[in-house]
Amino acid sequence: MIRFDSVSKSYPKQSRPALRDVSLEIAKGEFVFLVGSSGSGKSTFLRLVLREERASHGQVHVLGKDLAKLSNWKVPHMRRQLGTVFQDFRLLPNKTVAENVAFAQEVIGKPRGEIRKAVPQVLELVGLGGKEGRMPGELSGGEQQRVAIARAFVNRPALLIADEPTGNLDPQTSVGIMKLLDRINRTGTTVIMATHDQQIVDQMRKRVIELEQGRLVRDQSRGVYGYQH
Amino acid sequence: MRAQFVMSEIGVGLRRNLTMTFAVIISVALSLALFGGSLLMRDQVSAMKGYWYDKVNVTVYLCNKSDAKDAADAATDAAAKGDSGAVAKGPCAKGAVTPEQKQRIEADLKKLDLVQSVTYESSDEAYKHYKERYGQTALASVVTPDQMPDSFRVKLKNPEQYKVITSAFAGRDGVQSVADQSSEVDNLFSLLGTLNWAALGIMMIMLIVALLLIVNTVRVSAFSRRRETGIMRLVGASGFYIQVPFIMEAAVAGLIGAVLACVMLGAGQYFVIDHGVDLRHKLELINFIGWDSVFTKLPLVLVVGLLMPSLAAFVALRKYLKV
Repeated sequence: MIRFDSVSKSYPKQSRPALRDVSLEIAKGEFVFLVGSSGSGKSTFLRLVLREERASHGQVHVLGKDLAKLSNWKVPHMRRQLGTVFQDFRLLPNKTVAENVAFAQEVIGKPRGEIRKAVPQVLELVGLGGKEGRMPGELSGGEQQRVAIARAFVNRPALLIADEPTGNLDPQTSVGIMKLLDRINRTGTTVIMATHDQQIVDQMRKRVIELEQGRLVRDQSRGVYGYQH
Repeated sequence: MRAQFVMSEIGVGLRRNLTMTFAVIISVALSLALFGGSLLMRDQVSAMKGYWYDKVNVTVYLCNKSDAKDAADAATDAAAKGDSGAVAKGPCAKGAVTPEQKQRIEADLKKLDLVQSVTYESSDEAYKHYKERYGQTALASVVTPDQMPDSFRVKLKNPEQYKVITSAFAGRDGVQSVADQSSEVDNLFSLLGTLNWAALGIMMIMLIVALLLIVNTVRVSAFSRRRETGIMRLVGASGFYIQVPFIMEAAVAGLIGAVLACVMLGAGQYFVIDHGVDLRHKLELINFIGWDSVFTKLPLVLVVGLLMPSLAAFVALRKYLKV
Protein backbone atom coordinates (compact mmCIF):
# COMPACT_ATOMS: atom_id res chain seq x y z
CA MET A 1 0.00 0.00 0.00
CA ILE A 2 2.72 2.47 1.05
CA ARG A 3 6.44 1.94 0.68
CA PHE A 4 9.23 4.39 1.54
CA ASP A 5 12.68 3.48 0.18
CA SER A 6 15.37 5.48 2.00
CA VAL A 7 13.36 8.67 1.64
CA SER A 8 14.83 12.03 2.55
CA LYS A 9 13.15 15.38 2.28
CA SER A 10 14.79 18.72 2.78
CA TYR A 11 13.11 22.04 2.31
CA PRO A 12 14.94 24.94 0.73
CA LYS A 13 16.37 27.44 3.23
CA GLN A 14 16.45 24.79 5.93
CA SER A 15 19.76 23.21 6.80
CA ARG A 16 18.29 20.21 8.62
CA PRO A 17 16.29 17.81 6.46
CA ALA A 18 12.72 17.15 7.60
CA LEU A 19 13.06 13.44 6.83
CA ARG A 20 16.28 11.45 6.67
CA ASP A 21 16.62 8.08 5.05
CA VAL A 22 13.26 6.69 6.08
CA SER A 23 12.40 3.20 4.83
CA LEU A 24 9.19 1.43 5.77
CA GLU A 25 6.25 -0.42 4.39
CA ILE A 26 2.59 -0.24 5.33
CA ALA A 27 0.38 -3.06 4.15
CA LYS A 28 -3.22 -2.91 3.04
CA GLY A 29 -5.70 -2.87 5.89
CA GLU A 30 -3.21 -1.80 8.57
CA PHE A 31 -3.87 0.76 11.28
CA VAL A 32 -0.72 2.79 11.92
CA PHE A 33 0.03 5.48 14.50
CA LEU A 34 2.64 8.01 13.54
CA VAL A 35 4.13 9.57 16.67
CA GLY A 36 6.91 11.98 17.45
CA SER A 37 7.37 15.43 18.87
CA SER A 38 6.54 18.55 16.89
CA GLY A 39 9.02 19.00 14.07
CA SER A 40 9.94 15.32 14.01
CA GLY A 41 8.76 14.97 10.41
CA LYS A 42 5.25 13.55 10.86
CA SER A 43 3.61 16.21 8.72
CA THR A 44 6.28 15.90 6.04
CA PHE A 45 5.69 12.15 6.00
CA LEU A 46 1.96 12.68 5.40
CA ARG A 47 2.58 15.40 2.81
CA LEU A 48 4.81 13.02 0.89
CA VAL A 49 2.10 10.36 0.93
CA LEU A 50 -0.43 12.91 -0.35
CA ARG A 51 2.14 14.13 -2.86
CA GLU A 52 1.84 17.68 -1.67
CA GLU A 53 5.61 17.44 -1.62
CA ARG A 54 8.06 15.30 -3.52
CA ALA A 55 10.88 13.41 -1.88
CA SER A 56 14.35 14.89 -2.27
CA HIS A 57 15.92 11.43 -2.29
CA GLY A 58 14.55 7.94 -2.34
CA GLN A 59 11.26 6.62 -3.59
CA VAL A 60 7.72 6.92 -2.27
CA HIS A 61 5.25 4.34 -3.48
CA VAL A 62 1.58 4.85 -2.69
CA LEU A 63 -1.11 2.46 -3.92
CA GLY A 64 1.47 0.75 -6.10
CA LYS A 65 2.58 3.93 -7.85
CA ASP A 66 5.95 5.62 -7.72
CA LEU A 67 4.96 9.19 -6.86
CA ALA A 68 8.10 10.64 -8.40
CA LYS A 69 7.00 9.28 -11.77
CA LEU A 70 3.38 10.33 -11.37
CA SER A 71 2.70 13.30 -13.63
CA ASN A 72 1.00 16.33 -12.13
CA TRP A 73 -2.27 15.88 -13.93
CA LYS A 74 -2.62 12.35 -12.60
CA VAL A 75 -2.23 13.45 -8.98
CA PRO A 76 -5.94 14.31 -8.51
CA HIS A 77 -6.87 10.80 -9.58
CA MET A 78 -4.46 9.35 -7.07
CA ARG A 79 -5.87 11.57 -4.33
CA ARG A 80 -9.38 10.32 -4.99
CA GLN A 81 -8.29 7.04 -3.48
CA LEU A 82 -7.08 8.77 -0.32
CA GLY A 83 -9.21 10.30 2.41
CA THR A 84 -7.85 13.03 4.67
CA VAL A 85 -8.90 14.27 8.09
CA PHE A 86 -7.29 17.17 9.95
CA GLN A 87 -7.17 18.54 13.45
CA ASP A 88 -9.07 21.68 12.38
CA PHE A 89 -11.85 19.74 10.55
CA ARG A 90 -11.67 21.99 7.45
CA LEU A 91 -15.40 22.15 6.87
CA LEU A 92 -17.09 24.79 4.73
CA PRO A 93 -18.96 26.96 7.24
CA ASN A 94 -21.60 28.12 4.77
CA LYS A 95 -22.68 24.63 3.74
CA THR A 96 -24.79 22.17 5.66
CA VAL A 97 -23.45 18.86 6.93
CA ALA A 98 -24.86 17.01 3.94
CA GLU A 99 -23.57 19.64 1.50
CA ASN A 100 -20.10 19.45 3.01
CA VAL A 101 -20.00 15.71 2.45
CA ALA A 102 -21.58 16.01 -0.99
CA PHE A 103 -18.96 18.62 -1.96
CA ALA A 104 -16.28 15.93 -1.96
CA GLN A 105 -18.28 14.02 -4.54
CA GLU A 106 -19.48 16.99 -6.58
CA VAL A 107 -15.99 18.26 -7.26
CA ILE A 108 -14.84 14.96 -8.68
CA GLY A 109 -17.91 14.83 -10.91
CA LYS A 110 -19.91 12.03 -9.31
CA PRO A 111 -23.45 11.76 -10.71
CA ARG A 112 -26.14 13.37 -8.61
CA GLY A 113 -28.07 10.15 -8.02
CA GLU A 114 -25.03 8.49 -6.56
CA ILE A 115 -24.37 11.46 -4.26
CA ARG A 116 -27.95 11.46 -3.00
CA LYS A 117 -27.59 7.83 -2.04
CA ALA A 118 -24.06 7.90 -0.63
CA VAL A 119 -24.31 10.97 1.61
CA PRO A 120 -27.05 9.81 4.04
CA GLN A 121 -25.42 6.39 4.10
CA VAL A 122 -22.02 7.68 5.19
CA LEU A 123 -23.55 10.14 7.67
CA GLU A 124 -25.41 7.21 9.22
CA LEU A 125 -22.11 5.33 9.41
CA VAL A 126 -20.34 8.13 11.32
CA GLY A 127 -23.29 8.49 13.67
CA LEU A 128 -24.73 11.76 12.33
CA GLY A 129 -28.01 10.35 10.98
CA GLY A 130 -30.67 13.05 11.15
CA LYS A 131 -28.21 15.96 11.26
CA GLU A 132 -27.88 16.35 7.50
CA GLY A 133 -29.36 19.85 7.47
CA ARG A 134 -27.31 21.32 10.33
CA MET A 135 -24.58 23.89 9.76
CA PRO A 136 -21.07 23.05 11.00
CA GLY A 137 -21.23 25.94 13.45
CA GLU A 138 -24.17 24.33 15.23
CA LEU A 139 -22.26 21.12 15.92
CA SER A 140 -19.84 20.16 18.67
CA GLY A 141 -16.19 19.59 17.86
CA GLY A 142 -16.60 15.83 17.91
CA GLU A 143 -19.56 16.05 15.55
CA GLN A 144 -17.67 18.33 13.20
CA GLN A 145 -14.83 15.85 13.08
CA ARG A 146 -17.35 13.13 12.26
CA VAL A 147 -18.53 15.24 9.33
CA ALA A 148 -14.93 15.56 8.18
CA ILE A 149 -14.46 11.80 8.47
CA ALA A 150 -17.69 11.23 6.56
CA ARG A 151 -16.39 13.52 3.82
CA ALA A 152 -13.06 11.71 3.74
CA PHE A 153 -14.75 8.33 3.60
CA VAL A 154 -17.67 9.01 1.28
CA ASN A 155 -15.64 8.16 -1.80
CA ARG A 156 -14.56 4.89 -0.15
CA PRO A 157 -10.83 5.55 -0.22
CA ALA A 158 -8.31 2.74 0.10
CA LEU A 159 -6.28 4.81 2.53
CA LEU A 160 -7.39 7.25 5.22
CA ILE A 161 -4.85 9.78 6.47
CA ALA A 162 -5.65 11.48 9.76
CA ASP A 163 -3.39 14.30 10.98
CA GLU A 164 -4.06 14.64 14.74
CA PRO A 165 -7.81 14.14 14.34
CA THR A 166 -8.35 14.26 18.11
CA GLY A 167 -6.04 17.21 18.73
CA ASN A 168 -8.91 19.61 19.40
CA LEU A 169 -11.20 17.20 21.21
CA ASP A 170 -11.67 16.21 24.82
CA PRO A 171 -10.66 12.64 25.79
CA GLN A 172 -14.20 11.27 25.85
CA THR A 173 -15.03 12.62 22.40
CA SER A 174 -11.67 11.39 21.16
CA VAL A 175 -12.58 7.84 22.14
CA GLY A 176 -15.70 8.09 20.02
CA ILE A 177 -13.66 9.30 17.03
CA MET A 178 -11.14 6.48 17.50
CA LYS A 179 -13.93 3.92 17.59
CA LEU A 180 -15.17 5.34 14.32
CA LEU A 181 -11.71 5.19 12.73
CA ASP A 182 -11.33 1.63 13.99
CA ARG A 183 -14.64 0.72 12.39
CA ILE A 184 -13.53 2.28 9.11
CA ASN A 185 -10.28 0.33 9.38
CA ARG A 186 -12.27 -2.89 9.79
CA THR A 187 -13.96 -2.29 6.43
CA GLY A 188 -10.52 -2.84 4.90
CA THR A 189 -9.39 0.78 4.68
CA THR A 190 -5.79 1.41 5.66
CA VAL A 191 -5.54 4.15 8.30
CA ILE A 192 -2.49 6.26 9.09
CA MET A 193 -2.94 8.56 12.03
CA ALA A 194 -0.42 11.10 13.26
CA THR A 195 -1.06 11.86 16.92
CA HIS A 196 0.25 13.22 20.19
CA ASP A 197 -2.40 11.47 22.24
CA GLN A 198 -0.61 8.98 24.48
CA GLN A 199 -3.77 7.53 25.96
CA ILE A 200 -5.23 6.63 22.62
CA VAL A 201 -2.08 5.01 21.31
CA ASP A 202 -1.64 3.00 24.47
CA GLN A 203 -5.26 1.84 24.43
CA MET A 204 -5.48 0.86 20.80
CA ARG A 205 -2.36 -1.31 20.69
CA LYS A 206 -1.78 -0.86 16.98
CA ARG A 207 1.42 -0.52 14.98
CA VAL A 208 3.42 2.53 16.07
CA ILE A 209 5.95 4.35 13.92
CA GLU A 210 8.03 6.93 15.76
CA LEU A 211 10.00 9.70 14.09
CA GLU A 212 12.62 11.79 15.79
CA GLN A 213 14.34 14.68 14.04
CA GLY A 214 13.39 13.20 10.70
CA ARG A 215 14.67 9.69 11.43
CA LEU A 216 12.66 6.55 11.90
CA VAL A 217 13.53 5.50 15.46
CA ARG A 218 10.87 2.92 16.21
CA ASP A 219 8.54 0.69 14.22
CA GLN A 220 6.64 -1.56 16.56
CA SER A 221 3.55 -3.64 15.99
CA ARG A 222 1.02 -3.50 18.83
CA GLY A 223 3.12 -0.69 20.30
CA VAL A 224 2.61 2.02 22.88
CA TYR A 225 3.23 5.75 22.71
CA GLY A 226 6.48 5.20 24.56
CA TYR A 227 8.04 8.59 24.82
CA GLN A 228 7.44 11.40 27.24
CA HIS A 229 6.75 14.88 26.05
CA MET B 1 -18.33 18.30 -14.64
CA ARG B 2 -21.58 19.46 -13.18
CA ALA B 3 -22.63 22.65 -14.90
CA GLN B 4 -25.06 23.74 -12.22
CA PHE B 5 -22.43 23.40 -9.52
CA VAL B 6 -19.92 25.44 -11.53
CA MET B 7 -22.48 28.13 -12.33
CA SER B 8 -23.43 28.58 -8.69
CA GLU B 9 -19.74 28.84 -7.74
CA ILE B 10 -19.27 31.58 -10.36
CA GLY B 11 -22.30 33.50 -9.11
CA VAL B 12 -21.04 33.33 -5.54
CA GLY B 13 -17.57 34.44 -6.59
CA LEU B 14 -18.80 37.42 -8.61
CA ARG B 15 -21.06 38.60 -5.81
CA ARG B 16 -18.35 38.22 -3.21
CA ASN B 17 -16.08 40.61 -5.08
CA LEU B 18 -18.83 42.90 -6.28
CA THR B 19 -16.82 46.14 -6.21
CA MET B 20 -13.82 44.51 -7.82
CA THR B 21 -16.01 42.87 -10.46
CA PHE B 22 -17.59 46.25 -11.14
CA ALA B 23 -14.15 47.83 -11.60
CA VAL B 24 -13.13 45.05 -13.97
CA ILE B 25 -16.31 45.46 -16.02
CA ILE B 26 -15.88 49.23 -16.31
CA SER B 27 -12.22 49.13 -17.25
CA VAL B 28 -12.74 46.32 -19.77
CA ALA B 29 -15.69 48.23 -21.23
CA LEU B 30 -13.72 51.46 -21.59
CA SER B 31 -10.63 49.84 -23.05
CA LEU B 32 -12.65 47.82 -25.52
CA ALA B 33 -14.75 50.85 -26.48
CA LEU B 34 -11.52 52.69 -27.26
CA PHE B 35 -10.24 49.65 -29.12
CA GLY B 36 -13.41 49.44 -31.21
CA GLY B 37 -13.44 53.20 -31.60
CA SER B 38 -9.96 53.27 -33.00
CA LEU B 39 -10.80 50.44 -35.40
CA LEU B 40 -13.78 52.49 -36.56
CA MET B 41 -11.62 55.60 -36.81
CA ARG B 42 -9.35 53.66 -39.14
CA ASP B 43 -12.34 52.76 -41.29
CA GLN B 44 -13.49 56.35 -41.21
CA VAL B 45 -10.12 57.65 -42.36
CA SER B 46 -9.91 55.21 -45.22
CA ALA B 47 -13.49 55.98 -46.23
CA MET B 48 -12.67 59.68 -46.22
CA LYS B 49 -9.45 59.10 -48.14
CA GLY B 50 -11.32 57.24 -50.84
CA TYR B 51 -13.99 59.87 -51.01
CA TRP B 52 -11.82 62.94 -50.96
CA TYR B 53 -8.90 61.72 -52.97
CA ASP B 54 -11.46 60.94 -55.62
CA LYS B 55 -12.55 64.56 -55.63
CA VAL B 56 -9.24 66.34 -55.23
CA ASN B 57 -7.22 67.51 -58.19
CA VAL B 58 -3.84 68.89 -58.74
CA THR B 59 -4.28 72.26 -60.44
CA VAL B 60 -1.57 73.77 -62.61
CA TYR B 61 -2.25 77.50 -62.76
CA LEU B 62 -0.85 79.29 -65.78
CA CYS B 63 0.47 82.82 -65.90
CA ASN B 64 -1.97 85.41 -67.14
CA LYS B 65 -1.27 89.00 -68.13
CA SER B 66 -1.78 90.47 -64.71
CA ASP B 67 0.68 87.99 -63.15
CA ALA B 68 3.30 89.00 -65.75
CA LYS B 69 2.61 92.65 -65.10
CA ASP B 70 3.02 92.19 -61.34
CA ALA B 71 6.37 90.49 -61.86
CA ALA B 72 7.57 93.20 -64.25
CA ASP B 73 6.41 95.95 -61.86
CA ALA B 74 8.32 94.35 -59.03
CA ALA B 75 11.49 94.31 -61.15
CA THR B 76 11.03 97.93 -62.15
CA ASP B 77 10.56 98.94 -58.53
CA ALA B 78 13.74 97.16 -57.57
CA ALA B 79 15.67 98.90 -60.39
CA ALA B 80 14.32 102.28 -59.30
CA LYS B 81 15.69 101.66 -55.82
CA GLY B 82 19.20 101.39 -57.28
CA ASP B 83 19.45 97.66 -57.76
CA SER B 84 21.03 97.96 -61.22
CA GLY B 85 21.20 94.22 -61.83
CA ALA B 86 17.51 93.74 -61.17
CA VAL B 87 15.72 91.52 -63.60
CA ALA B 88 12.17 90.32 -63.46
CA LYS B 89 12.00 87.40 -61.01
CA GLY B 90 9.24 85.08 -59.90
CA PRO B 91 7.33 82.44 -61.77
CA CYS B 92 5.74 84.74 -64.30
CA ALA B 93 8.69 86.99 -65.01
CA LYS B 94 8.89 85.87 -68.59
CA GLY B 95 5.41 87.07 -69.33
CA ALA B 96 2.02 85.49 -69.72
CA VAL B 97 1.76 81.96 -70.95
CA THR B 98 2.00 81.54 -74.70
CA PRO B 99 -0.22 79.14 -76.66
CA GLU B 100 2.87 76.99 -77.44
CA GLN B 101 3.77 76.71 -73.79
CA LYS B 102 0.20 75.80 -73.03
CA GLN B 103 0.27 73.01 -75.61
CA ARG B 104 3.59 71.70 -74.37
CA ILE B 105 2.42 71.63 -70.76
CA GLU B 106 -0.74 69.80 -71.67
CA ALA B 107 1.17 67.28 -73.77
CA ASP B 108 3.69 66.69 -70.99
CA LEU B 109 0.92 66.20 -68.45
CA LYS B 110 -0.84 63.66 -70.63
CA LYS B 111 2.41 61.80 -71.20
CA LEU B 112 2.79 61.00 -67.52
CA ASP B 113 1.71 57.51 -66.51
CA LEU B 114 0.21 58.53 -63.22
CA VAL B 115 -2.11 61.07 -64.76
CA GLN B 116 -5.61 59.87 -65.33
CA SER B 117 -7.13 62.86 -67.05
CA VAL B 118 -6.39 66.49 -67.78
CA THR B 119 -9.03 69.14 -68.24
CA TYR B 120 -8.40 72.71 -69.30
CA GLU B 121 -10.19 75.51 -67.56
CA SER B 122 -9.96 78.86 -69.30
CA SER B 123 -9.97 82.12 -67.39
CA ASP B 124 -13.55 82.78 -68.56
CA GLU B 125 -14.71 79.46 -67.17
CA ALA B 126 -12.82 80.12 -63.96
CA TYR B 127 -14.52 83.52 -63.72
CA LYS B 128 -17.91 81.90 -64.24
CA HIS B 129 -17.26 79.29 -61.50
CA TYR B 130 -15.99 81.99 -59.21
CA LYS B 131 -19.11 84.07 -59.74
CA GLU B 132 -21.29 81.05 -59.08
CA ARG B 133 -19.61 80.44 -55.74
CA TYR B 134 -18.94 83.93 -54.49
CA GLY B 135 -21.37 85.99 -56.64
CA GLN B 136 -22.98 87.73 -53.67
CA THR B 137 -19.81 89.00 -52.04
CA ALA B 138 -18.25 92.43 -52.45
CA LEU B 139 -14.98 90.98 -53.72
CA ALA B 140 -16.72 89.18 -56.57
CA SER B 141 -17.99 92.44 -58.04
CA VAL B 142 -14.46 93.80 -58.62
CA VAL B 143 -12.97 90.61 -60.04
CA THR B 144 -12.61 90.58 -63.81
CA PRO B 145 -12.07 87.62 -66.12
CA ASP B 146 -8.56 88.94 -66.83
CA GLN B 147 -7.51 88.33 -63.27
CA MET B 148 -8.55 84.69 -63.27
CA PRO B 149 -5.81 82.35 -64.45
CA ASP B 150 -6.09 79.62 -67.03
CA SER B 151 -5.48 76.24 -65.47
CA PHE B 152 -5.15 72.54 -66.07
CA ARG B 153 -7.12 70.34 -63.72
CA VAL B 154 -5.20 67.11 -63.38
CA LYS B 155 -6.72 63.95 -61.98
CA LEU B 156 -4.20 61.41 -60.75
CA LYS B 157 -4.50 57.67 -60.76
CA ASN B 158 -2.97 57.57 -57.31
CA PRO B 159 -3.72 60.86 -55.55
CA GLU B 160 -0.90 60.36 -53.07
CA GLN B 161 1.67 60.95 -55.82
CA TYR B 162 0.80 64.60 -56.29
CA LYS B 163 4.37 65.60 -55.44
CA VAL B 164 5.58 64.34 -58.83
CA ILE B 165 3.42 66.91 -60.60
CA THR B 166 4.50 69.67 -58.26
CA SER B 167 8.20 69.03 -58.77
CA ALA B 168 7.88 68.59 -62.54
CA PHE B 169 5.79 71.63 -63.33
CA ALA B 170 6.32 74.21 -60.61
CA GLY B 171 8.73 76.87 -61.95
CA ARG B 172 8.28 76.00 -65.59
CA ASP B 173 7.86 78.87 -68.01
CA GLY B 174 4.28 79.94 -68.12
CA VAL B 175 3.32 78.11 -64.93
CA GLN B 176 2.26 80.40 -62.14
CA SER B 177 1.89 77.75 -59.47
CA VAL B 178 0.91 74.17 -58.85
CA ALA B 179 -1.77 73.84 -56.23
CA ASP B 180 -2.46 70.57 -54.66
CA GLN B 181 -5.61 70.11 -52.63
CA SER B 182 -4.61 66.74 -51.32
CA SER B 183 -1.74 68.20 -49.32
CA GLU B 184 -4.36 70.06 -47.30
CA VAL B 185 -6.42 66.90 -46.99
CA ASP B 186 -3.28 65.11 -45.87
CA ASN B 187 -2.93 67.47 -42.95
CA LEU B 188 -6.38 66.46 -41.81
CA PHE B 189 -5.55 62.79 -42.23
CA SER B 190 -2.37 63.10 -40.26
CA LEU B 191 -4.37 64.80 -37.52
CA LEU B 192 -6.85 61.93 -37.55
CA GLY B 193 -3.96 59.49 -37.56
CA THR B 194 -2.50 61.15 -34.49
CA LEU B 195 -5.87 61.04 -32.76
CA ASN B 196 -6.08 57.37 -33.61
CA TRP B 197 -2.69 56.67 -32.09
CA ALA B 198 -3.70 58.61 -29.01
CA ALA B 199 -6.85 56.50 -28.73
CA LEU B 200 -4.74 53.35 -29.08
CA GLY B 201 -2.37 54.62 -26.41
CA ILE B 202 -5.22 55.28 -23.98
CA MET B 203 -6.61 51.88 -24.88
CA MET B 204 -3.32 50.23 -24.00
CA ILE B 205 -3.24 51.96 -20.63
CA MET B 206 -6.85 51.03 -19.92
CA LEU B 207 -6.09 47.49 -21.01
CA ILE B 208 -3.17 47.24 -18.62
CA VAL B 209 -5.35 48.66 -15.85
CA ALA B 210 -8.02 46.10 -16.69
CA LEU B 211 -5.52 43.24 -16.69
CA LEU B 212 -4.01 44.30 -13.38
CA LEU B 213 -7.49 44.56 -11.90
CA ILE B 214 -8.29 41.08 -13.14
CA VAL B 215 -5.09 39.66 -11.69
CA ASN B 216 -5.89 41.32 -8.37
CA THR B 217 -9.48 40.13 -8.43
CA VAL B 218 -8.35 36.60 -9.06
CA ARG B 219 -5.88 36.86 -6.22
CA VAL B 220 -8.52 38.09 -3.78
CA SER B 221 -10.93 35.50 -5.07
CA ALA B 222 -8.42 32.68 -4.71
CA PHE B 223 -7.58 33.85 -1.20
CA SER B 224 -11.17 34.10 -0.06
CA ARG B 225 -11.87 30.64 -1.41
CA ARG B 226 -8.69 28.94 -0.25
CA ARG B 227 -10.74 26.74 2.09
CA GLU B 228 -12.85 25.39 -0.76
CA THR B 229 -9.94 24.97 -3.13
CA GLY B 230 -7.89 23.28 -0.42
CA ILE B 231 -10.65 20.75 0.16
CA MET B 232 -11.14 20.30 -3.56
CA ARG B 233 -7.48 19.50 -3.88
CA LEU B 234 -7.57 17.00 -1.03
CA VAL B 235 -10.53 15.06 -2.36
CA GLY B 236 -8.92 14.90 -5.79
CA ALA B 237 -10.69 17.51 -7.89
CA SER B 238 -8.74 18.07 -11.10
CA GLY B 239 -6.78 21.28 -11.56
CA PHE B 240 -9.10 22.24 -14.39
CA TYR B 241 -12.15 21.79 -12.18
CA ILE B 242 -10.63 23.96 -9.47
CA GLN B 243 -9.60 26.70 -11.90
CA VAL B 244 -12.69 26.88 -14.06
CA PRO B 245 -14.84 28.92 -11.66
CA PHE B 246 -12.12 31.58 -11.40
CA ILE B 247 -11.55 31.74 -15.13
CA MET B 248 -15.27 31.82 -15.81
CA GLU B 249 -15.67 34.66 -13.33
CA ALA B 250 -13.14 36.72 -15.25
CA ALA B 251 -14.71 35.68 -18.55
CA VAL B 252 -18.20 36.67 -17.42
CA ALA B 253 -16.98 40.04 -16.13
CA GLY B 254 -15.03 40.54 -19.37
CA LEU B 255 -18.02 39.62 -21.48
CA ILE B 256 -20.28 42.05 -19.63
CA GLY B 257 -17.63 44.72 -20.19
CA ALA B 258 -17.41 43.82 -23.88
CA VAL B 259 -21.20 44.05 -24.26
CA LEU B 260 -21.09 47.48 -22.62
CA ALA B 261 -18.32 48.47 -25.05
CA CYS B 262 -20.49 47.33 -27.96
CA VAL B 263 -23.39 49.39 -26.60
CA MET B 264 -21.07 52.40 -26.35
CA LEU B 265 -19.92 51.97 -29.95
CA GLY B 266 -23.50 51.59 -31.16
CA ALA B 267 -24.55 54.62 -29.13
CA GLY B 268 -21.66 56.59 -30.63
CA GLN B 269 -22.73 55.70 -34.14
CA TYR B 270 -26.37 56.44 -33.38
CA PHE B 271 -26.09 59.63 -31.35
CA VAL B 272 -23.00 61.24 -32.88
CA ILE B 273 -23.17 60.30 -36.54
CA ASP B 274 -26.71 59.30 -37.44
CA HIS B 275 -28.92 61.18 -35.00
CA GLY B 276 -28.45 63.51 -32.04
CA VAL B 277 -25.32 65.44 -32.96
CA ASP B 278 -26.09 64.25 -36.47
CA LEU B 279 -22.71 64.80 -38.08
CA ARG B 280 -23.83 62.94 -41.18
CA HIS B 281 -26.12 65.81 -42.15
CA LYS B 282 -24.16 68.64 -40.61
CA LEU B 283 -20.94 67.74 -42.38
CA GLU B 284 -22.14 66.57 -45.74
CA LEU B 285 -18.65 66.92 -47.17
CA ILE B 286 -17.55 63.95 -45.11
CA ASN B 287 -18.52 60.44 -46.02
CA PHE B 288 -19.22 58.82 -42.64
CA ILE B 289 -18.98 55.13 -41.91
CA GLY B 290 -22.23 53.22 -41.59
CA TRP B 291 -23.63 50.53 -39.33
CA ASP B 292 -22.02 47.79 -41.40
CA SER B 293 -18.62 49.02 -40.22
CA VAL B 294 -19.81 49.03 -36.62
CA PHE B 295 -21.30 45.53 -36.82
CA THR B 296 -18.16 43.98 -38.28
CA LYS B 297 -16.16 45.28 -35.29
CA LEU B 298 -18.51 43.99 -32.59
CA PRO B 299 -17.61 40.26 -32.82
CA LEU B 300 -13.94 41.15 -32.51
CA VAL B 301 -14.64 43.32 -29.46
CA LEU B 302 -16.68 40.51 -27.86
CA VAL B 303 -14.02 37.88 -28.54
CA VAL B 304 -11.25 40.07 -27.14
CA GLY B 305 -13.45 40.89 -24.14
CA LEU B 306 -13.99 37.20 -23.48
CA LEU B 307 -10.50 35.83 -24.11
CA MET B 308 -8.29 38.54 -22.66
CA PRO B 309 -9.63 38.42 -19.08
CA SER B 310 -9.76 34.61 -19.17
CA LEU B 311 -6.13 34.50 -20.18
CA ALA B 312 -5.19 37.02 -17.50
CA ALA B 313 -7.07 34.96 -14.90
CA PHE B 314 -5.38 31.78 -16.07
CA VAL B 315 -1.94 33.35 -15.76
CA ALA B 316 -2.82 34.82 -12.34
CA LEU B 317 -4.06 31.44 -11.11
CA ARG B 318 -0.75 29.81 -11.83
CA LYS B 319 0.73 32.19 -9.31
CA TYR B 320 -1.97 32.45 -6.67
CA LEU B 321 -3.75 29.10 -6.71
CA LYS B 322 -1.95 25.92 -5.85
CA VAL B 323 -3.48 23.02 -7.68
